[in-house]
Amino acid sequence: MDSGHSDLDADRQIPLALKILIAGGFGAGKSTLVGAVSEIRPLHTEEVLTHAGVETDSLVGVEGKRTTTVAMDFGRITINEDLQVYLFGTPGQDRFWFLWDELAYGALGAVVLADTRRLADSFPSVDYFERAGIPFVVGVNCFDGARRYTSEAVRQALDLDRDVPVVLCDVRQRQSGKLVLIALVEHVAGYHGHPVPA
Amino acid sequence: MSPAPEAQHDWLDDDAGPVVRPYTVTGGRVRPVTGGFDLVAFVLAAPGAASSPDAAHLQPEHRAILAMAEDPISVAELSAGLNLVLGVVRVLLGDLLAAGLIAMYEPSTAAHFPEDDVLQAVVNGLRAL
Repeated sequence: MDSGHSDLDADRQIPLALKILIAGGFGAGKSTLVGAVSEIRPLHTEEVLTHAGVETDSLVGVEGKRTTTVAMDFGRITINEDLQVYLFGTPGQDRFWFLWDELAYGALGAVVLADTRRLADSFPSVDYFERAGIPFVVGVNCFDGARRYTSEAVRQALDLDRDVPVVLCDVRQRQSGKLVLIALVEHVAGYHGHPVPA
Repeated sequence: MSPAPEAQHDWLDDDAGPVVRPYTVTGGRVRPVTGGFDLVAFVLAAPGAASSPDAAHLQPEHRAILAMAEDPISVAELSAGLNLVLGVVRVLLGDLLAAGLIAMYEPSTAAHFPEDDVLQAVVNGLRAL
């Protein structure tokens, strides 16, 4: 069958697609960041879980419910005709780990968004990426009126390794969101032992 | 297959969930016959696939995929554009792949550990946004 497609390969350039995950607790700004930097209106895809996959769910009051739908928002940035970056917001509920595994497979890296008012909400994401060996940066989303912490204070609170970048940001601002992604890609380059020249 | 407007019921709102179970489209099949279908794998329809004899017995959802995949498109974007859950899209893609109507391009290992010049291009591209 492959040989039958060789004529396709010749005249169609398939872009290289890089995958970046946007994680963090509920309300930390994942969808906002995806929307701020994506060139397309963020798209929405879903996966349906059968009841077997959600045994840890509290089923009180939903006795008739047999399936759970998990939504994932994603956006895209076209770098050039050969290179696209996909941004996937991770499902907010921490129990959908198997979906995280699929999202994380082959991912370039991740942004963990932290809300300093609910810093503990970002612990599961940090844990996940540390254990999976996926390079990540922490974006501290500075909401209006939220108490400002230094990046060093956040680093200590999250017990991050010294080399994990902590970036203060306002994910509603495209420029600010861009800087978080740039910090990630530069970190990825260093993570694999080849820092990107400045 | 969509019901006539008068057949819709006022008492069914979004909270009722989908009226048609998502895997009805696949005849209850939950696994594709073949293929891996990563979220960012690209799908490309074979030239003339929609009008080929192999396409005669396709469902509307198969045809919709062929139409969307005239240019390379990611599995995730197909799922979003068709408003079908990922698992369903993967089953349909498996059918099309087995029939030779599409080509699949799974992400290369270059995407896992990109070369420095790729990362540099990404940084430059992001700066230029």
